[in-house]
Amino acid sequence: MSQATQLVRSVAPSLARPIGRPLWTPGLYATASWAAAAIVTKALPDVIAFGSSDLFAVLVGVGAAAFAALAFASPRSGRFRETLDYYGPWFIAIGVWLTLWEFSTAKTGWLPKPFFSAPTGLLHVYVTEWQRLLICIGYSLRLWGLGFGLGAIVGYAAGVALGWSKPFAYWGMPILKLIGPVPATAWIPVTFYFFPTTFDASLFIVALASGIPVTILTASGVGSVNRAYYDVGLNLGAKPWYLISRIAIPAALLHTFVGLFMGLYYSFAVLVVAEILGSKYGLGWYIQFQTNYSGYANVYATIVIMAFLCAGLVQLLFFARKRLLGWQEGFI
Amino acid sequence: MASQTSALRAASAPAAQNVAIDIRGVSHSFNLRGSALAVLDSIDLSVAAGEFVALLGPSGCGKSTLLRLISGLDLPTEGSITADGAIIDSPDPSRVLVFQDPTLFPWTTVWKNAATGLSARGVLDEQRSRVDDALRLVGLNGFERAYPHQLSGGMAQRASLARALVNDPALLLLDEPLGKLDSLTRLTLQGELLSLWRDKRFTAILVTHDVEEAVLLSSRVIVLSERPAHIKAEFAVDLPYPRHRDNPVLVALRRQILGTLGHET
Repeated sequence: MSQATQLVRSVAPSLARPIGRPLWTPGLYATASWAAAAIVTKALPDVIAFGSSDLFAVLVGVGAAAFAALAFASPRSGRFRETLDYYGPWFIAIGVWLTLWEFSTAKTGWLPKPFFSAPTGLLHVYVTEWQRLLICIGYSLRLWGLGFGLGAIVGYAAGVALGWSKPFAYWGMPILKLIGPVPATAWIPVTFYFFPTTFDASLFIVALASGIPVTILTASGVGSVNRAYYDVGLNLGAKPWYLISRIAIPAALLHTFVGLFMGLYYSFAVLVVAEILGSKYGLGWYIQFQTNYSGYANVYATIVIMAFLCAGLVQLLFFARKRLLGWQEGFI
Repeated sequence: MASQTSALRAASAPAAQNVAIDIRGVSHSFNLRGSALAVLDSIDLSVAAGEFVALLGPSGCGKSTLLRLISGLDLPTEGSITADGAIIDSPDPSRVLVFQDPTLFPWTTVWKNAATGLSARGVLDEQRSRVDDALRLVGLNGFERAYPHQLSGGMAQRASLARALVNDPALLLLDEPLGKLDSLTRLTLQGELLSLWRDKRFTAILVTHDVEEAVLLSSRVIVLSERPAHIKAEFAVDLPYPRHRDNPVLVALRRQILGTLGHET
């Protein structure tokens, strides 16, 4: 070892370290904010009891410990470290949010029951109601999956037909423009007459909510395909079905995905209403049921689940789009 | 006996695949908001099988329209166009248009783009090797899996040429295929186009703005007038290939053609 290196080591040890930031500093702040949440929960007396406060304190305490461990032991560089660095401020903010939330509800009662609930209250709902909630998630996903799938398939087929065929567009477009802006839930009275079971009626409403944006966007996508592509196809001996399936449909796929994203949000929004129609289970039904009994903690807990479900499904759709539309990357 | 010899000749002839085009009294007009816009005015032109003809003319004069009519994508308002005596009334993969823009399908690979004609006719499975051959011919082997947006302008135009050549066209209709390329790529592709034509002996009709390109590649230059276009002048280019740009005969011819187009030099 050279003298210079030794000198650096003794005078300024941080300069002698390898490149990269050894300490993940935001992790320390996150540790502090999460620990504060645990301490507030555990040390201060409850003004309003929500239950499960010990479990909550343990969970956020474990979170704080995990952040402390990551702050000291995270890799100096690489993708994992980049993710930590990116989300650092969020981790800190979540700890602060939990602390303030718990303090202003359970510990002081500034935000009173039953309109507000503490984070411990939401946790308590998950602890006590998890079986029923799981069943509700299953029912909701079944209704949503079938409805969205049906809406997407029918909407897609209708969109291609409307965008491609002049007679279809002539008769279909005015109808679509008329019923498009009508909220799917407005059809509830009619659906009761037309559908044998309430499940079918709910399915129809969810399918309608997702199908209409898919139809509109696919039709506009197919209608706006560069004519030169069709000329190429025709010139090389393509028959109409080839022009539709191999040119119009892939060319319109970007539009279709915009429609699918919109349909996903709309269908989730009507899910709550669709599940009032005589369902016995489902997240929407559960929200309605608990609202009637002022079980607002349960309502909030369910809303959190729905938010995460919807975000997860959006991520899935993004993933599918990346797979199918990889060629677009050169354009965007 | 006679039929036997002709059958034998047909089998042994190296791609006797070219076609004579006969354009008789063709006029064409577009319907623009109820009024007719005449673009072509009684064009008469015969292109011999295997000939390379260049069409020159002021921009917007209807050269591209004429190519579309020959391809069969559009039908002339008046007159007739025949290929070896048969009326052209619909597009056919034996007469392939190459556009100024490569118009490759951006959602699929170079290989699949080149295979468009074969897959459109449902014969891709038997003739996959033709796609590879065509891509090799235009120097794009190694880029089969690339997407169009990953190609340079010259490569994209090569891919579009490969997409045309896969179909073994008897007639290649070139609508300013090199018009948007940089000048160096353009020179290279002019050479490649010429050697492709000399090798395959298809009939070629080239629309271009570039007088030098026209005299360098074609055996006959047709000069069209302003819209509605009629044939204004015709120049035979009686020089052996390959030609050199500085050949005094070419230079003189170029000056003469530019004069016809209204550009004295």
